[in-house]
Amino acid sequence: MQNNSPILTISNLNFAYEKELILLDINLNVYEKDFLVLIGPNGGGKSTLMKLILGLLPAPSKSIKIFSTTSKKVLSQIGYVPQNTNINLNFPIKAIDVVMMGAKEDKTTALAVLEEVGMQEHTNTKIGLLSGGQRQRIMIARALYNKPKILLLDEPTSNIDVDGQEQIYQLLKELNKEMTIIVISHDLSVIMKYANKVAHIHKRVTFHSLESLKKEFTTEDKHICEVELLQMLGKVQ
Amino acid sequence: MIEALSYEFMQNALIAGLLVSFIAGIMGSLIVVNRMVFLAGGIAHAAYGGIGIALYTGLPIFLGTTLFAIVAALFMAIVTLKQKENIDIFIGLIWATGMAIGIIFVDLTPGYNVDLMSYLFGSILAVSREDIIFMGLLFLIILIVLKLWYRELLAVSYDSEYASLSGINVKFFYTLLLVLSALTVVIAIKVVGLILVIALLTIPIYIAQRVAHSLLSMMFISGFIASFFTLVGLWLSYSFNLTSGACIILVASISLILFILLKGLK
Repeated sequence: MQNNSPILTISNLNFAYEKELILLDINLNVYEKDFLVLIGPNGGGKSTLMKLILGLLPAPSKSIKIFSTTSKKVLSQIGYVPQNTNINLNFPIKAIDVVMMGAKEDKTTALAVLEEVGMQEHTNTKIGLLSGGQRQRIMIARALYNKPKILLLDEPTSNIDVDGQEQIYQLLKELNKEMTIIVISHDLSVIMKYANKVAHIHKRVTFHSLESLKKEFTTEDKHICEVELLQMLGKVQ
Repeated sequence: MIEALSYEFMQNALIAGLLVSFIAGIMGSLIVVNRMVFLAGGIAHAAYGGIGIALYTGLPIFLGTTLFAIVAALFMAIVTLKQKENIDIFIGLIWATGMAIGIIFVDLTPGYNVDLMSYLFGSILAVSREDIIFMGLLFLIILIVLKLWYRELLAVSYDSEYASLSGINVKFFYTLLLVLSALTVVIAIKVVGLILVIALLTIPIYIAQRVAHSLLSMMFISGFIASFFTLVGLWLSYSFNLTSGACIILVASISLILFILLKGLK
């Protein structure tokens, strides 16, 4: 399946805030149409890694290559859904204007991505009046607006009820047919159901391909023991 | 009221009141959505330092205040971009230091004592043609900025991290916002006073925020609401011979209370 070269390469990446080392010697390859989940303890460096990929934090030169280049221009091919989408709820702005934010105004594309995430009925609704799950969909639509090849999501379901979470991941599964997905999540059932790769980030990275893992950890009654799995994912191979 | 309009000072007061209302409506909307109300308040108070220095050195007061307020705004821009977590402390710092500098220089200036009250509440009835020209110019500059960069300002205000991902120069627009806020405050100090500016930068915006569906409509709805407060306040001030700035603020406050009673707090 992965005979082509990686679209995202992270090699020997170290990163520190002030003097506190956050990430140490991170090496990671992501291929086209991967569904990679980043897990790990809070403060382990998951969000930091995502921000480094996005260029929101300065990465050491040549440690991150996207589409085989370090040029900032490729960043326009990455869509990003930030963690906290409950900011500025009083802000007077309609869903469609959030979607088109910071880019050229193109209502046709905006309506198309709103339909893609199932929010076409709320095109002109004020953002603060939407539920957490609906707002998350708007943020995904905003990330899709520039037609990205890679979609990065930082805990997209942290403020959403269980049904809403399931819907978001179903949507990501659909999107995964067209693009690579990298998502930070604590939810192991999500990992088992949707992901094909897992990277456990705790200063260092431990990388797993899920196909082998699933075999290893499926018990006789086909149940996967999540606790054991979590311990396993954290172990350095 | 109609016969009052035949006086030039009254015409000037009306024009100035309307201009300040719309400037405050537009800038206040940006200031509120960016959570910079006390930052703007800090710059406004710091500007008093400019008044003191101008008096002492004999510079035109308008020029001294403008330069001082812009320096304060740039200082705050640097602080905010570098040390966001300590921003409250620095607001307090420029707020108090600016005023202290102003008071010391007024003390040192022989023979002349500027009235602190007129700085706080302004005197809208003493607006000159020159003041109106400056206000008109600032209004024009703000309209041009909106025409050129509305989408960028919207993105920076709503989600600055995402804006920077989209290639928008967040630092530039943040600094621009602070400098325009400083100019707004300076222009308004002489005319309506510092306290009224802060009231006009917040009360109409609170009401508009609840009814507007976009930042742009919020700006102009705020402008109309502020104009209503200003006109009614001026009329009360003229009819009952009361301080104009205080009348305008009370009209605004009472309207706000009525609005909250009607719509509920949120």
